[in-house]
Amino acid sequence: MIFSFDLLFEAILFGILLGCFYAAVSIGLSVSFGLLDVPHVAHPAIMVFGSYCTYIVAGWGLDPILSGVLLMPAFFVLGVLIYRFYYETFERRGADAAVRGLAFFFGLAFIIEVGLILGFGVDQRTVQAPYIGSSLALGEYRIPYRMLVAFGVALVLTLALTLYLSKTFTGRAIKAVAQDEPALRLMGANPVRIKQWAFGIATGVSALAGAMLIIIGPVEPALDRVYIGRTFCVVVLAGLGSMTGTLAAGLILGVAESLVLMFFGASWAPAVAFGLLLVVLGIRPQGLFGR
Amino acid sequence: MKFWISMAVLGAAAFGLALSPVNEYFFYAAYVVLTYVVLATAWNILGGYAGYVNFGTPAFFGIGAYTAVLLFRWMQAPLALQIAAAALMGALLGFGVGMLTLRLRGIFFAIATVAVIFIMETLMINWRYVGGAQGLQLLRPDVTAPFATYTRMLFVLMVAMAIAGIAIARYIQDSWIGRGLRAVRDSEEAAEASGVPTLRLKLLACTVMGALMGAAGAPMPMYLSFIEPASTFNLSYTIGALGSAIIGGMSHWLGPIVGALLLGSLQQIITVTISGEVNVLIVGVLLVLFVVLAPQGLLGLVKRWLPFSR
Amino acid sequence: MKGSRRKVLKAGAALAAAGGFPYIARAQSGPVKIGMSMPQTGTLGAGGQAALLALRMWVDETNQKGGLLGRKIEFIVYDDQGNPANTPGIYTKLLDVDRVDLLIAPYATVPTAPIMPLVKERGLLLMGNFSFQVNAKVQHDMWFNNAPWNDARSWSEGFMRAGQKAGAKTIAFLAADQEFAQNLANGARELAKAANMKFVYDQNYPPATTDFSSLIRGIRAAKPEVVYCMSYPNDSVAIIRAVNEIGVGSQVQMFGGGMVGLQFTPIMTSLGSLLNGITNYNSYVPGMKYPGIDEFLARYAKRAQEAKVDPLGFYLPPFNYAIGQILEQAINATKSFEHKALAGWLRKSEVKTIVGPIRWDKNGEWANPRVVQAQFRGVVDKDLEQFRKPGKQVVIYPDEYKTGDAITPFEKARQAKA
Repeated sequence: MIFSFDLLFEAILFGILLGCFYAAVSIGLSVSFGLLDVPHVAHPAIMVFGSYCTYIVAGWGLDPILSGVLLMPAFFVLGVLIYRFYYETFERRGADAAVRGLAFFFGLAFIIEVGLILGFGVDQRTVQAPYIGSSLALGEYRIPYRMLVAFGVALVLTLALTLYLSKTFTGRAIKAVAQDEPALRLMGANPVRIKQWAFGIATGVSALAGAMLIIIGPVEPALDRVYIGRTFCVVVLAGLGSMTGTLAAGLILGVAESLVLMFFGASWAPAVAFGLLLVVLGIRPQGLFGR
Repeated sequence: MKFWISMAVLGAAAFGLALSPVNEYFFYAAYVVLTYVVLATAWNILGGYAGYVNFGTPAFFGIGAYTAVLLFRWMQAPLALQIAAAALMGALLGFGVGMLTLRLRGIFFAIATVAVIFIMETLMINWRYVGGAQGLQLLRPDVTAPFATYTRMLFVLMVAMAIAGIAIARYIQDSWIGRGLRAVRDSEEAAEASGVPTLRLKLLACTVMGALMGAAGAPMPMYLSFIEPASTFNLSYTIGALGSAIIGGMSHWLGPIVGALLLGSLQQIITVTISGEVNVLIVGVLLVLFVVLAPQGLLGLVKRWLPFSR
Repeated sequence: MKGSRRKVLKAGAALAAAGGFPYIARAQSGPVKIGMSMPQTGTLGAGGQAALLALRMWVDETNQKGGLLGRKIEFIVYDDQGNPANTPGIYTKLLDVDRVDLLIAPYATVPTAPIMPLVKERGLLLMGNFSFQVNAKVQHDMWFNNAPWNDARSWSEGFMRAGQKAGAKTIAFLAADQEFAQNLANGARELAKAANMKFVYDQNYPPATTDFSSLIRGIRAAKPEVVYCMSYPNDSVAIIRAVNEIGVGSQVQMFGGGMVGLQFTPIMTSLGSLLNGITNYNSYVPGMKYPGIDEFLARYAKRAQEAKVDPLGFYLPPFNYAIGQILEQAINATKSFEHKALAGWLRKSEVKTIVGPIRWDKNGEWANPRVVQAQFRGVVDKDLEQFRKPGKQVVIYPDEYKTGDAITPFEKARQAKA
């Protein structure tokens, strides 16, 4: 493989853009799994579902990002419903529930994936937008606009959510319920309603994440499988419950993947997220910033 | 004793069936169903008895399949040797994954097993000798008498493997190992406090599970005359094994058998009549239904009529 | 829908089989069943749908004339989605549950490769459908492929020669890690070595790759003069988009070669001007003369409009229709449906079809290859009709169909008006 500093720089730059995108798609999981302890393996599947919804809405002539934003309220409601169901069925019933909860979300992910195949077929779907297909020329470097747009939206989303969780009352209540539920109960707040709200936000964010996903590249129903690795890698590497950690972890994953892609070839890149995940689990399961 | 007699009868019946003029497609479909019986039985040793959900069935199955391919390509190894080597590799992978992750909480173990699938798949994609992403065409050796076709022989082989797997699961369930695993499932902390060697038991279960799954994977390349990574490491094996065990019932070795036979047969019929996708959808829906409504599985529903060793 | 009755019958057959009914010998009267799978969705779907329509045309026209040896054809087709994991199961089902009399391979190399051992083991005739060197390892003697190429030389010669004429000394290979691309790449590498070209880049990518910007960046950094891509439709589109997005370098003389999918009308229309400058293989471009093909294309266009598939039908439909013609002639000549007899006749005969006369070599491939290499020039966006007439694909090889020379370098060809 040829090595040059130009190539290295471009790879790192691409990795940073990609990494911020990975952070944004993982932030929903950071809330639902990191804070709320829900074994939400269906998170990437819901995000891919969001991509397909964006595909439909954008097909009516709207810009994909706008479509994603418009879908957020609907996905919020979806999230609330899912959490409610999960809570009533599993979280209350104790012991065996861990196995069942995992199996439930796994089954849900499969149902979503197959549902998409039955509804849309296995063909790839893409969206059109003025910023998809051209790139910014900076001297010798070419940065695709679709990456810049995804990067921008991802950054805004991540910062907005982090601020929400640390500055607003509900946001802090969410963090509190993750840390000390009984204390929260004693203060008169209803933890279940807070968790349900948080899960709804996490799912709403997934709609926008799905929109970014289909902007970055074509989507197909089985795409959720590789994203299980990426999102859980980011969340575990960050440390459960840390929002700023999610951004840092996303960047690390993005750059790592980009470097592997550039210097070892496209056939090794899919394993980077999963490999990194195993390494973190083996060496430092609490992640970089974990509590 | 009753158990061994019924197994012997089943084995003889399968052998007889393979020699009879039943339509060839029956054996083709039955092989897949039997594969799921073995996979579900193996899964249940760790998942049902100990409560650790393994999503990584395809990784163990796949390492078995590729070990078989390697030996076949390299030295035209006979099927028996392929299976033995595959079981060994599966056991090693189970032990390795166990060492790395069984100390972590349930969901971390589950996610780690997903990671193992993709890493194994990527390794196979990058290994030209066993086909890489392109895959490998395999020419089967001539079938030995008394079987008319290779598929019939594989059918009988799978029946034998299922019997062996069931016997192992039954032994584990009824022995001190099973008691220890159940203690882990009910409350790991309490078990540790009472001196149960939890890590060692979990490792044992994980290793045995890996070995059985690897063995189940070994004949697959011969069955298809073809192997390629994407379908070998497909998550459908995860949901098939896990679903069969949950739907059948996780606390007794009969559960996975019942689940796999029903689910597998249903899948084969639907694939032939409707489509491959609808079959996966139905498995997913059934899984969710049982997990929510009947967590003890079918066995739990007919609990009164079965001798449970609980 | 006629599908549901067949589904009930199939369910019945499956249950009967499970119930242990004895193996029934194939019927000697009643319809003759021809079975296959065809990628109707997935990466090859756009081509497969057009190909399937042509085959259905042949079945309908033959049935109107009385069928084959007096028996009507029953045509059984499944969708394999272009996924090689699906074909062994489908073809086993075709043989053991549907009890078909004759088999046609699915369109393309990747879905066909897995069933080669199966047909060899059972000693069955298989009509190949536009695959590349899929019989090379298995060496089945009852395989007859219908595709205008033979080996890598027949495919690559025109492309490489045009590069050398422009003075190129360096070459880059970008190939998908699947049966077709690897077969072609292995052969093409030999040719490049024999021509003393320097390999500056040689990468395989997993078939599911969707983002090629890193790979194109790598190619650009290596500064090749010839870039030979071997890809399937989804990747071909993604590669072209990446090239247009970030550029491949001003020293590139020739780009393309073995990109499947740039012959499918829907893809050509959707890429539009992004295609300009690319030199790629094809089987037929408007202007080439074969007996009966214009008339076929006119009939096809009518049916394609109703079925809403590729309205032009240049690439695959004539060849798939020809597969029907080949079977028909073999059956009429041998007066039987027996595989060994048909294979024996095909091995030594020349068949006249709408894609010209065909003869096979000992590997079951065309003895006289006729692959065309053509450069896209002056293509505009969103215009299907522009492809109907000659001119947008300038044939640079072989000489008997040549309409012009390749414009080099690649960047200049991209801007050229014609």
